[in-house]
Amino acid sequence: MGILEVKDVGKRFGGLQALSNVNLSVQENSVHAIIGPNGAGKSTLLNCLVGKLIPDTGSVMFDGQSVLGRAPYEINQMGISRVFQTPEIFGDLTVLENMMIPCFAKRDGAFELNALSAVLKQKDILQKAEHMLEEMNMADKRHMHAAAMSRGDKRRLEIGMCLSQEPRLLLLDEPTAGMARADTNNTIDLLKQISDERDITIAIIEHDMHVVFSLANRITVLAQGTPLVEDDPQNIRGNPKVREAYLGESA
Amino acid sequence: MFGLDKKDTSLLIIVACLTLFAPFILNPFPTGSAMAQFNAGYPDLMQRFVIFGIFAIGFNILFGLTGYLSFGHAAFLGAGSYSAVWMFKLIGMNVIPAIVLSVIVAGLFALLIGFISLRRSGIYFSILTLAFAQMSFNLAYSVLTPVTNGETGLQLTLEDPRILGVSATADGSIPVTNLFGLEMRSTFELAVGPWAFQFNAGYYLCALIMLAAFYLAIRIFRSPFGMMLRAVKSNQQRMNYTGLNTRPYTLAAFVISGMYAGLAGGLMASMDPLAGAERMQWTASGEVVLMTILGGAGTLIGPVLGAGFIKYFENIFSKINDNVLHTWFSFLPDGMEDAVVFIIHPFIGKGWHLTLGILFMLVVIFLPGGLVEGGQRIKGWLRGRKAKDSNASGETNPAE
Repeated sequence: MGILEVKDVGKRFGGLQALSNVNLSVQENSVHAIIGPNGAGKSTLLNCLVGKLIPDTGSVMFDGQSVLGRAPYEINQMGISRVFQTPEIFGDLTVLENMMIPCFAKRDGAFELNALSAVLKQKDILQKAEHMLEEMNMADKRHMHAAAMSRGDKRRLEIGMCLSQEPRLLLLDEPTAGMARADTNNTIDLLKQISDERDITIAIIEHDMHVVFSLANRITVLAQGTPLVEDDPQNIRGNPKVREAYLGESA
Repeated sequence: MFGLDKKDTSLLIIVACLTLFAPFILNPFPTGSAMAQFNAGYPDLMQRFVIFGIFAIGFNILFGLTGYLSFGHAAFLGAGSYSAVWMFKLIGMNVIPAIVLSVIVAGLFALLIGFISLRRSGIYFSILTLAFAQMSFNLAYSVLTPVTNGETGLQLTLEDPRILGVSATADGSIPVTNLFGLEMRSTFELAVGPWAFQFNAGYYLCALIMLAAFYLAIRIFRSPFGMMLRAVKSNQQRMNYTGLNTRPYTLAAFVISGMYAGLAGGLMASMDPLAGAERMQWTASGEVVLMTILGGAGTLIGPVLGAGFIKYFENIFSKINDNVLHTWFSFLPDGMEDAVVFIIHPFIGKGWHLTLGILFMLVVIFLPGGLVEGGQRIKGWLRGRKAKDSNASGETNPAE
């Protein structure tokens, strides 16, 4: 029994069957990659996991509880954090404030009318946020406006924000899309370090084979809305069905 | 001090000094002098400065922090005024119950409107609040006449019960609003040479309440709640995927700012016990938006400055007429004098809106951060010059 169990999930947009009979089991503390050609339904599947979309059929269980019908913030409070394709951070706030907000969400829950105490007096939150910034190697940028940072730094900050919530499952949607090679390698190293040092499960949607094969220890290949095969990386590489559907026949 | 850091404390002290010494500061010209018409230090106008200051401070908690632009805040102001006048009619002329009820009623009203309007964001939210405010205006103007007295407006009469007070004073007139006996209209005049300074009880009550409101706003700005509201403005998507429910945050901000508006409405009625539907009209809602943007949305002091600025223009520029202009320019040759007056004429008197409009355009285009940004630029420029001066002297010194 995995930490995330997807059973028979189907989703239709008008005439397009985006997902059908998707079965997926993400094991605890693994790095599970979901790959597939454009339009295979990777993003739709991810959106079904985080509450942005509700599948027409099937079930999604996280840690024995159904996530279907719950709002994104509720699913996040259950322990699923999401990193977006383009970094979603609070651009108008400072880096430190960015890091404090998930700490507040972890401590106080989805809503807390904490209108009279000063932010600067929340020592536990400040400490946790500062610690996380140091871990992400961005302590020197703490008073910078988050929007003014480079894309690589924004990605780093976003991952740090997700980690400071101490999630059990970290979902990444093409975390290296549009990044320079050096930034991509930095992100790979960071994610490797995270999965080695923390008690965390990572599910990653990715296009870049280099990223997938350097991180994942389990891969699901999605094609035309259905999982083609789920296997270990070395078997995926040699699988002729995958080559045909994903890498193209010429490959 | 007061749980604020040094910078905020000094800001609060500056605002406190400005409001408490306003009767001096706003009366710089001797009575009877040609410039006396630029004096704003009379009770009626000073009360309006601080009351609209409260209104704008509250509006800024919603608009400045969360970015939700409400076009219906006058509805809460009006609701506050009506409830205050009803308290004067039913309970008595003490302003405390009136102000308390106006805040509560406006808060409940804001809860209802906010709950529905906050289902949408951006322009749709603005339109929803505008629609609600206009509905409230029309209700007050016609349908709810038994409660609001329709187009005449709600006024005190000699037949009002006033169970804790008297229906009529001994000499048969309507009693006046008071704070435990201290009449709101009582004014102490201090004559210093040619100056006449007026200290009005009502103004000082409003000023103290505004200081409390301003202090509360600083606390909210610096609190985790305030940070969450800024986060809502910055990125709602990230909020939702960080386990935070944005709806209660925005609704709380909406209700708090609605209560500020109710407080302003209650104070308005306490200073002058009548309430009319025109207080709820959309132009009144638009005015507070202008005040906040003109002063600097999202800044602490901005809305207060904007409110003072607009109210000053409304009351002072609108009083200048052609006769005044002719006396000003009487030193010019006849033809020139008429020409100058002709050119300036559209911008004064009833045309003060035109002047305000031009100023507003200039501010929005050249100072998007409002008057506060203007102040910061001047400060930066002065500092830069000082730094240059000290650099220059530093360079010359070794040579000597």
